[in-house]
Amino acid sequence: MNRLENLFQNKSKRVLNMYCTAGFPELNSTLEVMRSLQRHGADLIELGMPYSDPLADGPVIQESSAKAIANGMTIQVLFEQLKNFRNEISLPVILMGYMNPVLQYGFEKFCADAAACGIDGLILPDLPEYEYEKFYAPILKQNNLSFTFLITPETSAERIQKFDALSSGFLYAVSSSATTGSQQNNDGVEAYLKRLQSMKLNNPALVGFGIKDKASFNRACTYTNGAIIGTAYIQALNQGKSIDETTHVFITSITNNQYLF
Amino acid sequence: MNKSTNSISEFHPDHHGYYGMFGGAFIPEMLYRNVEELRTQYLQHMNDASFQKDFQDLLRDFVGRPTPLFYAKRLSEKYGTQIWLKREDLCHTGAHKVNNTVGQILMAERLGKKRIIAETGAGQHGVATATVCALKGLECIVYMGEKDMQRQAPNVARMRMMGAKVVPATSGSKTLKDATNEAIRDWINHPEDTHYIIGSVVGPHPYPDMVARFQSVISEEIKWQLKDATGNEEPTHVIACVGGGSNAAGAFYHFLESVSVELIAVEAAGEGVDSGKSAATTALGTPGILHGSKSLLMQTADGQVVEPHSISAGLDYPGIGPLHAHLHTSKRGKYLHATDEEALEAASELSRTEGIIPALETAHAFAVLKKMQWKPSDRVVICLSGRGDKDLATYMEKLK
Repeated sequence: MNRLENLFQNKSKRVLNMYCTAGFPELNSTLEVMRSLQRHGADLIELGMPYSDPLADGPVIQESSAKAIANGMTIQVLFEQLKNFRNEISLPVILMGYMNPVLQYGFEKFCADAAACGIDGLILPDLPEYEYEKFYAPILKQNNLSFTFLITPETSAERIQKFDALSSGFLYAVSSSATTGSQQNNDGVEAYLKRLQSMKLNNPALVGFGIKDKASFNRACTYTNGAIIGTAYIQALNQGKSIDETTHVFITSITNNQYLF
Repeated sequence: MNKSTNSISEFHPDHHGYYGMFGGAFIPEMLYRNVEELRTQYLQHMNDASFQKDFQDLLRDFVGRPTPLFYAKRLSEKYGTQIWLKREDLCHTGAHKVNNTVGQILMAERLGKKRIIAETGAGQHGVATATVCALKGLECIVYMGEKDMQRQAPNVARMRMMGAKVVPATSGSKTLKDATNEAIRDWINHPEDTHYIIGSVVGPHPYPDMVARFQSVISEEIKWQLKDATGNEEPTHVIACVGGGSNAAGAFYHFLESVSVELIAVEAAGEGVDSGKSAATTALGTPGILHGSKSLLMQTADGQVVEPHSISAGLDYPGIGPLHAHLHTSKRGKYLHATDEEALEAASELSRTEGIIPALETAHAFAVLKKMQWKPSDRVVICLSGRGDKDLATYMEKLK
């Protein structure tokens, strides 16, 4: 059992998955951000590997990716930064990115190196299930890495069942068909999340895209196991204040009931 | 292997959209429903008799097809061979792009879509899309790199005159690649009512195949026109410029299996292949994934896409369609390149020799006339993909 499976065994409600872009805001701030996220109450870290053409991402994450690339972030540099991170970070950590940089690194080497660092799983939004099943699933299994599929309000029940069977770790429920950081139609989102809940899936589901504050986090958690926050946190880091203080204030604003409104 | 088309050869994609090792559909789940809908329906619609009638009628009466195959007498004498020009510059809107947009707007209608989006580089595809949207009364949004909006301003004005909304792409190099990113993001954000009219043989399967089929009218006409002119339907050489590669795909299509026909594609070398300012993907690229398909791609060792350069906005693209990547690696096609300078010279030469001002993109195809040895018996067809009105400002500045 890896850390991800462990997490969901111990916590099935209000799981907070925090996204951050590796190498952002500074090349060497990756670990500092991760430490802060762990210290202030994140349950899971989704570490974005920057790509020049991130099709599923809105402007905020695009800009953080461009900055990280300009800072010198590459997969190779990231694995060097992560070499000893398990000495201080116990949270499950998954890598999110796009296929092209991973293919250039070499998919098998990428999985082996990620696993050796202590990474628990992958999200590659532009790797479709046909390619995954045919070429890549055995490599992930061999390295004990989870793989998370995205589902959207347009994904058919049949496909959701298929992704549930293929996924390990959790399913990523995109809250509407949109790029990251987009605005949501709340009624539509609730109906979709209720439908997901009623399907009694094997994998836990986390809601992402458009989760930005306490209200949207709470709404997502009503029907699923938790939520993923990325854009709003990157925006907070963009303010340029101390990473630790920013992270503390941000996570508290999401999870701490005492300061509710 | 499960094949879904009836004319399969190694130069046509398999069920999953692969031409050899290139192609496929590397898309996020947010695009799945739309792309899958297209994949499962495009051949059925295209093979339907009423679709074909609508398509052929529009090609004839709206686009103005067949376009002439013109024997370029003075150019032939100059190079000691026989050169025919396939006059796609005489299509309505001034380039081959409209062949595809006419087909795709009919496809969008049959899929029940009300909102059309497109990317454009030189603006020719944007104009061709705005044209068919006005014809059908559909909303049209065209994404165009901010840099391209400046260097192809007349086309921006044409799109707006026909009621299209032109949205600048401001990320990256602010050219065709970035416009394509923005169009794809728009499609992700509008999954229900929108059809994305991709302008080249790029993108996830089935786009490369669908666009190649719509453009294949170019080589279909070349065959009977050349037979009328010479008694032989096969040229010895077909030459076309390549950015993503749609006019080349159309000009090559019906000759792919005729191995005696040499297929010559010309990419933009920019300021020179090794200058760091180039768009010659087959010379500089390695296998990679961009805009939903696996193909050759200009990229760093870390897999970040390199920003290309070409004087011609339509060829200023770091990738190439998967069909072309396959033709290049299988050596079925010969992939050459021409610099900005060579293209400008070729544009000037064609203007003065034949009285035809070509688009900057098209001029790249003519630049290879100087680079090859020709025989008097050769029958060379050059795809004159577009006219040069949109490039007059550049020509006036550079050809003083």
